[in-house]
Amino acid sequence: MKLSTKLLAATAMVAAPAVHAAELEVTHWWTSGGEAAAVSKLAEAWEAAGNTWIDGAIAGSGGTARPIIISRIIGGDPMAATQLNHGRQAEELIEAGLLTDLTEVAEANNWADLINPPSLLDACTFEGRVYCAPLNIHSAQWLWLSHDAFETAGVDVPADWNEFVAAAPALEEAGLLPLAMGQQGWQQNIAFGTITIGIAGVDNWLAVNRDKNIEVAEGPAYTAVFEAVEAARALAADSSVQDWNLATNLVITGQAGGQIMGDWAQGEFQVAEQVAGEDYSCLPGLGLNAVLDTGGDAFYFPVIDDEETRAAQLEMAAMLVSPEVQVDFNLAKGSLPVRGDVDLSAANDCMQKGLAILASGEGILPSGDMNLSADTQTQVEDLMAEFWSSDLSAADAQARYVDIIRSAD
Amino acid sequence: MVDVAMSGPRGPKPKKAFSTRNIMLYGTLILVSVYYLLPLYVMIVTSLKGMPEIRLGNVFSPPLEITTAAWTKAWSEACTGINCDGLSRGFWNSVQILIPSVVLSIAVASVNGYALSHWKFKGSELFFTILIIGAFIPYQTMLYPIVILLREIGLMGDLGGLVLVHTVFGMPILTLLFRNYFTSIPEELFKAARVDGARFWGIYFRIMLPMALPIFVVAMILQVTGIWNDFLFGVIYTKPDTYPMTVQLNNIVNSVQGVKEYNVNMAATLLTGLVPLVIYFASGKLFVRGIAAGAVKG
Amino acid sequence: MSDHVSEQSAPAKRPVQLFRNMSAKIASIPMILTALVVFVGGTTWTVVHSFTSSRLLPKLDFVGLDQYERLWSTPRWLISIENLAIYGLCSMILTLTIGFTLAALLDRKIRFENTFRTIFLYPFALSFVVTGLAWQWILNPDFGLQQVVRDWGWESFAFDPLNNSKIVIFGILIAGIWQGSGLIMCIMLAGLRGIDEDIWKAARVDGIGTVKTYLRVIIPMMRPVFITSLVLIASGIIKLYDLVVAQTNGGPGISSEVPAKYVIEYMFRAQNLAQGFAASTMMLVSVVVILIPWAYLEFGGRKRG
Repeated sequence: MKLSTKLLAATAMVAAPAVHAAELEVTHWWTSGGEAAAVSKLAEAWEAAGNTWIDGAIAGSGGTARPIIISRIIGGDPMAATQLNHGRQAEELIEAGLLTDLTEVAEANNWADLINPPSLLDACTFEGRVYCAPLNIHSAQWLWLSHDAFETAGVDVPADWNEFVAAAPALEEAGLLPLAMGQQGWQQNIAFGTITIGIAGVDNWLAVNRDKNIEVAEGPAYTAVFEAVEAARALAADSSVQDWNLATNLVITGQAGGQIMGDWAQGEFQVAEQVAGEDYSCLPGLGLNAVLDTGGDAFYFPVIDDEETRAAQLEMAAMLVSPEVQVDFNLAKGSLPVRGDVDLSAANDCMQKGLAILASGEGILPSGDMNLSADTQTQVEDLMAEFWSSDLSAADAQARYVDIIRSAD
Repeated sequence: MVDVAMSGPRGPKPKKAFSTRNIMLYGTLILVSVYYLLPLYVMIVTSLKGMPEIRLGNVFSPPLEITTAAWTKAWSEACTGINCDGLSRGFWNSVQILIPSVVLSIAVASVNGYALSHWKFKGSELFFTILIIGAFIPYQTMLYPIVILLREIGLMGDLGGLVLVHTVFGMPILTLLFRNYFTSIPEELFKAARVDGARFWGIYFRIMLPMALPIFVVAMILQVTGIWNDFLFGVIYTKPDTYPMTVQLNNIVNSVQGVKEYNVNMAATLLTGLVPLVIYFASGKLFVRGIAAGAVKG
Repeated sequence: MSDHVSEQSAPAKRPVQLFRNMSAKIASIPMILTALVVFVGGTTWTVVHSFTSSRLLPKLDFVGLDQYERLWSTPRWLISIENLAIYGLCSMILTLTIGFTLAALLDRKIRFENTFRTIFLYPFALSFVVTGLAWQWILNPDFGLQQVVRDWGWESFAFDPLNNSKIVIFGILIAGIWQGSGLIMCIMLAGLRGIDEDIWKAARVDGIGTVKTYLRVIIPMMRPVFITSLVLIASGIIKLYDLVVAQTNGGPGISSEVPAKYVIEYMFRAQNLAQGFAASTMMLVSVVVILIPWAYLEFGGRKRG
């Protein structure tokens, strides 16, 4: 009895520091001001539990980071945890047995009931097992407006996209840029998707993106979309910045009227100490269709052949979904929590709008990441990059888009 | 061949100091020098300005108020993610990657060049041709096979793996240089040594190495610059703790927090380029001599 | 490989053949392994997988020429090829011309030769990423060259290559030549120094002008130097990637895309490995088509000691 107690104590002494001093390397591409503030919340929470967070930030967005992440996973020397957009990106890695099964954590913490909308957990689930921890909900369909800019131009802050387009000449006359747009395909694709939902409506969007319906993609609803994008292109003609946050900065400083960008732009406004509703406004779904997609970030945990690391990985997965972390992280990042049972009264106007849409259960769309493969998305992004910065006509762009959707998977 | 470079210019002799010819000659050279110096000047000037001054002025105007704040920030304060220690932590990592990679790649390539010039065997020219074609393959397309290769030999994520990759990709051009150089060493010298009973390694260490100093300098300069400037291999085959300086540079330049801080970017850029730049400025003359000895014999 | 060849050529003397030159063969093992395993093995692996439908992970389910059909009907690939052709041609001509001219000027027994040479050569010490960033900054329309000329009073001056899709590739060319021409100058200078002084004397006696002597006599004599230079320039051109990423990231739109960037992005961003492999195979094929005749002339055509 005595001996076994001693043994137990000894084992505990040996085991305890090992478990508590878990060092996990975490890769991500969150390097803008708001993003870095948010990720430090995760690191703080992790280190508060006595662990060590080795930050593997890789700047240059997913395009630079993803090859590094995937090479390292395939090369058999992976990081302990990594950000990846959830959706179809990780399917093949799961099939190859390279990602840790988190099902026990999900069951122990009752993710199935807590995670809202449930589609987020579905995106992490492969053949009935859970492989990722959803961290936040990001929606792309927002129009951000600078109150300063519209005041300078002497017009009211628009309430929807149509008013925005109508107010554009006044902005131009005042020497301001109507629409700020970063010259990168993914940003231009976000603008395209958002204008689609605003102009063509949810049903048409789903028909093309989810069901790959060629007739709709060729039809008049999408023709109207491409014409609207062509018009928006003229409004953004003088926007020569590259990065999305530099475009957001044009809105923050009142040099541009508005920007179509995801809710992560919120973090930049926050860092610049702007107040929603006073200095800037936000219109989900361009103010035309108050819908949001529910993409977002998730963490995956590559398989590492070490029992202690695995335990630490499970611990981190549970931590990411815990209520405290959900609140702290999402307030800093401007994204929405993945669970409905947390108190976000501290959130500002814009986040409240998003929360309301989420709580209503209507107008929730699956994100593009879940519908289209990375390959198809890249092709659409290339097309949009070309469309936004050349004189490609709306009709030609639509024809090329139809071709891409026809071969989509 | 070796001493040719040291024998000075061979063109016609110059005439008076201020002839039309001289004015044209120096005028052209100075004009061209402006084009070459412009970026360096702009980088230095920008790095010494504060952000407000950058926004007001143009890139060429000298700083009104010189500040080294950007340099300090780039070296020790700039943030990536949650790490705010600038480039400093990449510097030693780069040194640790650099030294073994340079030594190993030059050692292997010099032996290759030696074997290819004086100890040809059936097929040696074929392997050499493959190497030269290999010099044209974009590294990126080899990324996947190399990941698999390193995984199979268990060196993925290890410093040794990175050193190996640098050795492999430095091999084509270096082998070409050494082969050309050793070919130009008189055959008689080599034969005399063989008659004296010296073998492969004996001749290499006692005759070839001492004569090959200029080409070793060239190889060293090329490798130091190439490996120091490498981003792709450094980011894929290392981990955050051991990221080289170029990876930190990319992180600093691409992590835009608020507005783009051009002065910090330029200071970071200069700091990263400092090591190869110093080597070039210090050993430019040796480099030209070595090039003359190695590259010219096509 | 080597013993295979010797077996064919001299079966009777096989053991002798195999063990002759043994130290050299052992010393060449790293080179042989690199050539066979990495270069031949790696490219074969890539070419084989370009006929599959591999997405995120390589797998061997063959789909014939599908990837190639798609590649050649993708506007972005066609633009990439066109850009590389323009860049490659201009870069080759300009780098050779500038390199040779500068070398010839430096060879006129001038003062401060070392200073000038260092100035022309130092950009080569800087990485493409640094080069791209510096030139992006100089060509910035609001702060850079364009604004300076306008401030001097030429209000309508427009030189904004990085934001103009029609001339963006020349903006990259300016930076590329800046970085690479110094090395070529160095090689050319070394070549010029290797030419016998008697040639110049003879030319002067015959009353041939300086320029004419360079064009008619010196340049033909420097054939090997030009070939070495061409190999160096060409191997840099096909790899063009970092510079574009740092300077324009392919923009505006897709107007400064290049093949190497297409390969990387389809392999990793689009997670369509096979499409990236197909593109890199096309790059490889063009390299081989250009290089094989050269390699034959260099190594196959004449024997050396």
